[in-house]
Amino acid sequence: MSVQRRGRLQAFRITVFVALGLFFVVPLLSMLDFSTRVIGGDGRTWVNWQALWTDENLRGAIITSLLLALFTVVLMLVLLLPTMIWVRLRVPQASRLVEFLCLLPLTVPALVIVVGIAPVYAWVTYFLGDSALTLTFAYVVLVLPYAYRALDAGLSAIDVQTLAEAARSLGSGWGTVVTRIIAPNLTSAILSAAFISVALVLGEYTFASLLNFENLQVVIALLGKSDAGAAVAASLASLVFASLLLIAFSFLGRGPRRSKEG
Amino acid sequence: MTSRARRLLPALGLVPFLGYLAIFLVIPTIVVVVGAFQDQGAPSLTNIRALATDAATGPLWNSLLLSASTAVIGAVFGGLLAYAVVTGSPQGMVRRTVTSISGVLAQFGGVTLAFAFIATLGFSGVVTEALRSSFGIDIFGSGWLFGLPGLVLVYTYFQIPLMVIVFLPALEGLRPQWREAAANLGASTWQFWRHVGMPLLTPAFLGSTLLLFANAFASFATAAALVSQGNPIQPLFIRAALTSEILLGRQNLAYALALEMIVVVALVMLGYALLVRRTSRWLR
Repeated sequence: MSVQRRGRLQAFRITVFVALGLFFVVPLLSMLDFSTRVIGGDGRTWVNWQALWTDENLRGAIITSLLLALFTVVLMLVLLLPTMIWVRLRVPQASRLVEFLCLLPLTVPALVIVVGIAPVYAWVTYFLGDSALTLTFAYVVLVLPYAYRALDAGLSAIDVQTLAEAARSLGSGWGTVVTRIIAPNLTSAILSAAFISVALVLGEYTFASLLNFENLQVVIALLGKSDAGAAVAASLASLVFASLLLIAFSFLGRGPRRSKEG
Repeated sequence: MTSRARRLLPALGLVPFLGYLAIFLVIPTIVVVVGAFQDQGAPSLTNIRALATDAATGPLWNSLLLSASTAVIGAVFGGLLAYAVVTGSPQGMVRRTVTSISGVLAQFGGVTLAFAFIATLGFSGVVTEALRSSFGIDIFGSGWLFGLPGLVLVYTYFQIPLMVIVFLPALEGLRPQWREAAANLGASTWQFWRHVGMPLLTPAFLGSTLLLFANAFASFATAAALVSQGNPIQPLFIRAALTSEILLGRQNLAYALALEMIVVVALVMLGYALLVRRTSRWLR
């Protein structure tokens, strides 16, 4: 590569990084500035950030969303992990069907599912009551494609068949195979499926707002109409939390692949 | 036990999973498709015909325009960013940082993103006030941020990172040996891109653009939190049809609109799948 071309390339790269960097950083810094400034004065205030736990609606919504995230992860793992292991061990001919169904929510927009889910939720509320936590059922569908990919990558990296046969021949039942033999070998895949699920659930708005439940994002949107500062503080807090989870997710996803190459 | 029954027995292990998805994914989709062809409980094409009225075509057109423009803007700038990343060191800090951050920002949407831009460019936003006090420029104008132009800007924020994620593998697959071979045969930089680089990357680029289009078309939360009045785009119009039954006097219109949305997204994703197959022929 000629010196001149290398120089031009460097100039191009720096221009792109700086220009796009500004585009992405300015809104984030603005959120921080906006949520800590004193209206009509100088200095900084943390009043808006204190609202995260002093405002009862907001605190309640944060707890609801965290519980939703927890329940979604548990139900997703209980439903998906044994199924995926079972498909690999005993019914490999169903693997295409399971993959298709898991990736289907990428093609059917969440909004469309909400429009059609009303009759189903009429039954859910009839049996389980009118709690925001019933959103768990819809959220499991929402996180399915991402969780499926994470778990699938983990399962592909280990020899499920051999592990299961070894355990079975030593006398363990299927329950033991899943929980005590295969799952411990999938720690990073399970964690990464859990992290992306939590990040998605904490940011979810469509289902909750159209089914009239109050989760974190719905309350933030409502709060924005009366107290923009607190709404921006809550937005930034939820963004930072989700970012940490997603960064952990990206590093977990990278781990096993690199060790396989090395 | 007959041998046939024994062969089918393992399939029973899939019942909980399939049953769950039948209830929470398949039934809702069927409700939408069937409901679109019903009115007052009887089979009818009334709602499908209502899709052709001005009230329904306006939001659809705006949605297509919004998705297409943010897909193109996202693809161009995301493509440039991906190229800037790929020309650096493969194990370098820059690449790791940009891909990690892109993974986060591509998921960043909804209410939080709307508030990020309200804090930046809203009436008392940080950038708005800075420009107002130091240069006397009024960037807020008549509130463009809360209409269609604002949506274009805000959607770009998650479209560019998504482009980086989906387009980077194709750029990484463009091997330096091809460039060296072209240079050995006397090709200039322009000739390399015109005859080798661009033809190879075009399917991947178009496929990524289609994915961005579907992504923008299906987005709801950001627009719901940002748009202050009216229902300029399809997802917001669906919400209006869903929550107020007086709209056009038709209950099942929301189903027909949702079906229209499935059709658009399915067509776009089909195109995406075909282009990905084309790319995977040379991508290792």
